[in-house]
Amino acid sequence: MVSKGKRPRVLAVASSGGHWVQLRRLRQAFEDCDLAYLTTDPGYRHDVGAARFYTTKDANRWNKVALAMSALKIAWVVLKERPDVVVTTGAAPGYFALRFAKLIGARTMWVDSIANVEELSMSGRMASKHVDACLTQWPHLANANIQHEGAVL
Amino acid sequence: MIFVSVGTQLAFDRMIKAVDQWAGKRGRKDVFAQVGPTEYSARHIEAVPFISPKDCMTKMRAADVIVAHAGMGSIIGALELGKPILIMPRRADLGEHRNDHQLATARRFAELGKVAVAMDEHELMQRLDSLGDLGIGDRISPFASPRLTAAVRAFIHGQPIPAQRESVRVESVNA
Repeated sequence: MVSKGKRPRVLAVASSGGHWVQLRRLRQAFEDCDLAYLTTDPGYRHDVGAARFYTTKDANRWNKVALAMSALKIAWVVLKERPDVVVTTGAAPGYFALRFAKLIGARTMWVDSIANVEELSMSGRMASKHVDACLTQWPHLANANIQHEGAVL
Repeated sequence: MIFVSVGTQLAFDRMIKAVDQWAGKRGRKDVFAQVGPTEYSARHIEAVPFISPKDCMTKMRAADVIVAHAGMGSIIGALELGKPILIMPRRADLGEHRNDHQLATARRFAELGKVAVAMDEHELMQRLDSLGDLGIGDRISPFASPRLTAAVRAFIHGQPIPAQRESVRVESVNA
């Protein structure tokens, strides 16, 4: 739990492309936070102003070695940042970040991409078993464990 | 200028070939394409594998029309700039993506009417002939819906997520 009067430390995580664009559309929710971003494209550094900024190599579950290297880097970022809260819009880097963050007691939120219209993404389904809050952007995909609380659009 | 993008991960030759052929046939010299990791050599359009986020933004701002795969980065980017966008979904059975979520994305966004959709390369070439009909969209707000923003903010601060009615704007997206 965030102690009173202290700005919560937030680690906001997204892969490049659509995941990042959706994470950035949430930035009003990160006001009044001690904020760091973790993504897969160093070019996004210009987007984030004064927030701390980390990158890891883009990797997905089809390339196991790259995935393991990326997971190590993400573990390092989580240990360095010691976030109170992790918010991610996916994909694989977000999943790893929230798994590691749970180990150090952070609260975690998965916001599944609006691109997943028919079912939750694979990483979203995996994440939903471990996160404190799992959100879908489509009302028809909500259930007992997956909330719908609006969309990035 | 027409800006074409296949996104940050994979090539999408079916779309690029169609745009390339169309540009050759129609004598268009003002097409710039980001084509991903591909062996295909475009003959009639300027093609680069990748561009930085900054250069991508510059190209999108300069473009009259954006043509893209059905990826959210391209779609949201175009909507935020108020640029007309024509999208074509990748297909998993052709090895263009790991699953078919772009087909569903394309259908949903077509229903919303803010995005023009070509379901395949033939339809793409037809729609490229009538780009003027795409019209100019309104710019959307650069922020998530107030409801989602409030939910994420509440979660961060350890508060209950506020009960809130779906706003009209969100309902139109989720229709």
